[in-house]
Amino acid sequence: MADVSQDQGSHKKGGKKRSKKLATRIDFTPMVDLGFLLITFFMLATTLIKPQTMEITMPSSKDVQEDNQTVAKASQAITVILGGKDKIYYYFGKTEGAQLIPTDYSATGLRKVLLQKNYDIVKQVEDLKREKAKTKMNDDLFKEQLSKIKAGKNAPVVRIMASDDASYKNLVDALDEMNICSISRYAIVNLEGPDKDLYSKLNI
Amino acid sequence: MPKVKIPRKSTWVDMTAMTDVAFLLLTFFMLTSNFTKKEPILVSTPSSISEIKIPEVNVMTMLIDPSGRVFFGIDGQEKRRELLSKMADLYKLSFTPDQIKKYTLLDVYGNPLEMLPAYLALPAETRDNPQNNLGIPTDSTNNQLLSWVKAAREVNPDLRIAIKADEKTPYLVVKNVMKTLQELDENRYNLITRLEGE
Repeated sequence: MADVSQDQGSHKKGGKKRSKKLATRIDFTPMVDLGFLLITFFMLATTLIKPQTMEITMPSSKDVQEDNQTVAKASQAITVILGGKDKIYYYFGKTEGAQLIPTDYSATGLRKVLLQKNYDIVKQVEDLKREKAKTKMNDDLFKEQLSKIKAGKNAPVVRIMASDDASYKNLVDALDEMNICSISRYAIVNLEGPDKDLYSKLNI
Repeated sequence: MPKVKIPRKSTWVDMTAMTDVAFLLLTFFMLTSNFTKKEPILVSTPSSISEIKIPEVNVMTMLIDPSGRVFFGIDGQEKRRELLSKMADLYKLSFTPDQIKKYTLLDVYGNPLEMLPAYLALPAETRDNPQNNLGIPTDSTNNQLLSWVKAAREVNPDLRIAIKADEKTPYLVVKNVMKTLQELDENRYNLITRLEGE
């Protein structure tokens, strides 16, 4: 597949025999083939997106003693029970005499409830974000202020209790809602005791 | 009428530019992507809005599939070798150098430890079959996951725990794994998710 040069074969009559000029052009077609083969290989064998991750900190099982437990104010407490069939039940305040309110994972479900409860902080966080965009605040300062706002005095405390019928997706979705609603004080707690009774009564 | 002679044009196309493009793309893919780890099960993780990326090194991965099988692995072949020797000591088993070498090439392993030689003897095509991957035992009588995590922590104290569970996994299974981690005082870990809206 050598280059066919234009003047090939048109020797001038009676001309001197000249040494043939060798074409310096190289056929790149196989190289393109190779290039695309390698591209295909890399596209199939690798991933571009790194997986996201959600960092959670669980309470230690060892230091959960009565004197170490922080007691949340009843007015700030929200208990969220993740039930089966993608249902959520929640109540505010104390367990005694609580009524479970059903809701779901949609934007008008749990999120709406939490946003209402956490209205002040959500508003402050939004203000801070706006300020950051405007003044090009550096990240460290932003994070510091953010955590200060989130740890505010009246921040709600959410207990997430997953029932055995719930799926892993439900748990991640619920944790996601906490992030969306700027709630920093939440804990995954085992569904037991009076809360479990409340939940099991519901299904009967 | 004189015939109009159409000069024959050369069909030659210069491929140099195309080579440039091809190799440019190749360079891009080589630099931006990382190799997919071979996992014996397909796990579709739930989505979240979290944008924190998982580090590439110093990670111990726990895969959990919907039926509750647990797989465990750490990165780094040298670390895997140490991990396996620790586990062998603990369970009073011994492995041949060949088996150890084969183990270090596995990204995750999901069988009771005593079945490792049998698993490694399997041909590569049948290794991913469900009947060949029983999952690491996590029940309280024989909690091998606990030993794996403990040994991995001793081998590499900087390890971060990543839990990659399928979205359909019942919470009960995840709770069991979390309980194991809690027993070891491993209270910080990462749940691997994918970006919302994919």
